[in-house]
Amino acid sequence: MEVLIVSLLNGLVYGMLLFMLASGLTLIFSMMGVLNFAHASMYMLGAYFAYSISRVIGFWPALVIAPALCGLLGAIIEMYALRRVHKNGHIAELLFTFGLAFIIEKGVQMAWGLLPVPYRVPAVLDHPLFRIYGSNFHAYRGFMLLISALMFVAIWLLLTRTRIGLVIQAALTHPDMVGALGHNVPRVFTIVFAGGSVLAGLAGVIGGNFLVTEPSMAITMGPIVFVVVVFGGLGSLAGCFIASLIMGLVQTFAVVVDVSFADLLARVGLHVTSATPLAEFLTIPLPRVGALLPYLMLILVLLVKPRGLMGTRDT
Amino acid sequence: MLDRLNRIVSTLLAIALVLTAAPAHAQGTIKIMYTDPLSGPFAQVGDQNLQQFKYIIDYINGRGGALGRKFELVSFDNKSQPSEALLALKAATDQNIPVIMQCSGSNIAAALIEGVDKHNERNPDNRIVYVNCGAVATELTNEKCSYWHFRMDAHVGMKAETMVRALPKDVTKVYLLNQDYLFGQSVQRDVKTFLGKLRPDVKVVGDELIPLGKVKDFSPYITKIKASGAQALLTGNWGPDMTLLIKAGMDAGLDIRYYTMYAHLGGGATAIGPAGNGKVRSVMSFHENIAVETGKTDTEGWTKQFRSTHDFDFYAAGFRTIFEFLQAAMNKAGSADPVKFSAALEGLTITDMLGHQVTMRKADHQILSEYFVGVFTKGVKYDSEKTGLGWRTETTVLPKDLDQPNTCNMKRPTS
Repeated sequence: MEVLIVSLLNGLVYGMLLFMLASGLTLIFSMMGVLNFAHASMYMLGAYFAYSISRVIGFWPALVIAPALCGLLGAIIEMYALRRVHKNGHIAELLFTFGLAFIIEKGVQMAWGLLPVPYRVPAVLDHPLFRIYGSNFHAYRGFMLLISALMFVAIWLLLTRTRIGLVIQAALTHPDMVGALGHNVPRVFTIVFAGGSVLAGLAGVIGGNFLVTEPSMAITMGPIVFVVVVFGGLGSLAGCFIASLIMGLVQTFAVVVDVSFADLLARVGLHVTSATPLAEFLTIPLPRVGALLPYLMLILVLLVKPRGLMGTRDT
Repeated sequence: MLDRLNRIVSTLLAIALVLTAAPAHAQGTIKIMYTDPLSGPFAQVGDQNLQQFKYIIDYINGRGGALGRKFELVSFDNKSQPSEALLALKAATDQNIPVIMQCSGSNIAAALIEGVDKHNERNPDNRIVYVNCGAVATELTNEKCSYWHFRMDAHVGMKAETMVRALPKDVTKVYLLNQDYLFGQSVQRDVKTFLGKLRPDVKVVGDELIPLGKVKDFSPYITKIKASGAQALLTGNWGPDMTLLIKAGMDAGLDIRYYTMYAHLGGGATAIGPAGNGKVRSVMSFHENIAVETGKTDTEGWTKQFRSTHDFDFYAAGFRTIFEFLQAAMNKAGSADPVKFSAALEGLTITDMLGHQVTMRKADHQILSEYFVGVFTKGVKYDSEKTGLGWRTETTVLPKDLDQPNTCNMKRPTS
């Protein structure tokens, strides 16, 4: 029971971090039809910006300034580069963001070095919030939950209660029609791309010190975020939210549940010995492959429900 | 007209080429080919190694080099690829360089051993010695051992034994957590072997393999470790798999002993930070406070000098031992010819910079040197990576205690 509750909390925190990253990507993906490979790079930049800013004026200003910088950079990239590439189709855009990710990584290595940087949790939040069954729940985890929940509410309000939100929503599902109605679709693109970058930057600010801020943080975070977006479905923020939580919880519980196929077979009376075919494979305990489960789920969902969990349209 | 000009120019170029490609074997410096990743994700490792090698070579050359000649390092980026390392070998043998040196990656080391063996067999008059400065797979001096390969670092088995020897008497429940690939699995296997041999009273309450570099949030593992009642966590993890694990443990307030093999290397101290105070331990060949603890003021001054001229800490005492070994062997043999000095290097014993007697074991060409377990703590003279915390020795294991048996059956050159 105690393991269950602690794991639930852990899974929730990790899932919400994934959501912060994935929500921006899902907006960009839905609108432009392109998986933005540089999205995780924005997450990394957010962490590094926050590190540099927090050394001068502290963590709290960094929480606002670093995502803003990422948003600015995103807007510039969209207006001066991506828009030109856009004319040449989706593949060109995809390759463009792919190259961009490498350039940003190299730039980060040159500016901040190859080693991790000492980006730390602010002292006010660096203490246990409460104890649950002998385990501390760190205050910073609580803070992460709070920020991501606020973010979810803010995006939701923005998309459903404001005029620009309505235009974005419309452009998510019917981009051509929105353009035909006389809205400035390129500007909507810029806003969405910049907004997505802000969200990624924010995720970087609060994820960078929770995890470790180092130049490979983008590459290692990238794949799982793609999985969340595709799993959740195109054009659906709610799908993205649910997918994030599922991925967070699945990875957390996979570690805690110490079973293998062999154990399951034993329940129904089939005992696996070393002579059984595929015995090596059948006896692998779940925790050993837990981190790969999201990818398995991605494959399954694409086979069964190609639009993803709550996807509303194809790319 | 143009044709003639072309011909003259190309003739001149050819002459220039012949002149510059003077025989490298001539009296002059003793060249050492060093190959490691100097670009890509692991560039930092190669780069820091290179800087320390340069510092050491300057020192050794200042003390006469070998045979009255100076050592010179030639570096070659192998991009963490065995095939590129073999190119480095080719470049070395083309220039008659007597030693090739490589530190990271046991897969690369295995390729080099094979390459060096083949080359030496085919070219009896142009042989080369391979100095392994950090590829740690136990097989390299056992099943795969070679006369031309000298390993100047403790292997996984020795590191595992050191870790087990460092466990205090009151620790009776341990949790193993390692990366799911060749290295992590051998740490897992060797730690268990030595626990059985040296500490039968210790119970392994958890034994876990994690996918390499895939886990972001280690808190579920921490929950499990906590539930298991373990008093110590033993891990061979490196990079983010190590730092994220420790950070998650600190966040959850899991107050046990963390035994690692790599927390002391570049970036570890920064990533762990002050939260690791008094909890994190690392199995290591050196840290800067050892000289302070044992009163070796000359060594302390020497590493302090490095600190003041570089932006990272000195960690490679073993590298200095390598050059002291080469110096001693070449002087003893009276030659920089690989056949002659390799024979002198076998079974050679020298005193290292910490005052211990270290031996190049003849049977398998495995170095026997002292090893340490340090704890990451406040209040030491030299801190790590400007964190305010540094390493303090908790356990010292002497060379004689690490004299593990080997299965090497090497073929020695007959000539």
